[in-house]
Amino acid sequence: MKNDLLFDFTVDKTAKTVFITREFAAELSLVWDAFTKKDILDQWSAPAPFVAKTKYMNFEVGGKRFYAMVSPDGQERWAIQEYTSISPKTNFKLHNAFSDKDENPELPGSEWDYTFSEENGVTKVTIVIYNESFDRMEKLLDGFRLGFTATLENLEELLNSLSEK
Amino acid sequence: MKQDLFQAIADPTRRAILTLIAIQALTPNAMAEKFDMSRQAVSKHIKVLQECELIKPEHSGREIYYHFNPKKMQEFDNWISQFRKSWEIQFTQLDKVLSTIKKNKK
Repeated sequence: MKNDLLFDFTVDKTAKTVFITREFAAELSLVWDAFTKKDILDQWSAPAPFVAKTKYMNFEVGGKRFYAMVSPDGQERWAIQEYTSISPKTNFKLHNAFSDKDENPELPGSEWDYTFSEENGVTKVTIVIYNESFDRMEKLLDGFRLGFTATLENLEELLNSLSEK
Repeated sequence: MKQDLFQAIADPTRRAILTLIAIQALTPNAMAEKFDMSRQAVSKHIKVLQECELIKPEHSGREIYYHFNPKKMQEFDNWISQFRKSWEIQFTQLDKVLSTIKKNKK
């Protein structure tokens, strides 16, 4: 796999905005599908060791994706993404809010804006995340941190059991 | 209510105060003078900055000097690098998914 694909990540603290740009070695229609189809999203949209589990998804303006990030020990963190604007194969926008398993949102959430473009078979995706509150934004990571700590603890146990032998 | 870090640093006056006291601890009076503001206005900003732990008071005789708390900013930066890491992991996963789909198409 080529390693010269662009990855750019910047945070504008004062504008409460995160900018993420990444290139993918695939044609635009495929990358678009990877961000807008439930079955493909579930294969990558949670950072390992987490897995993404989409309960339902209607990719249309006003439609929603209701999904969870599931930790290795089975803990679920639910979120609702509501699509607010879609320009096929160019751009889509959504409002993201964490929720409980019964789809009760914790408001306010954050605004996400995805833009896609292709050049010479390489597709560039730009994601802009606007978040009113740092506490909310920190929550985006809570699950990831828990999962990561869990993995380290597993490793520690494994090492301990090995060294006892 | 605890103040939000974003709300605290989104305000230009508070950013200016932070920049100034990062260089040197100041009393509220000194801040009011430097920014040509009322003591009342300064007190409000101090309250917000202190509640999110960006500044810390230190008593010296009858005066209170406010110091910059770099640890809080460090926390923010740590959070950013972890957030970045989680995206890196996801995108590497997506690279694999994309190449698998491409292979299966052929």
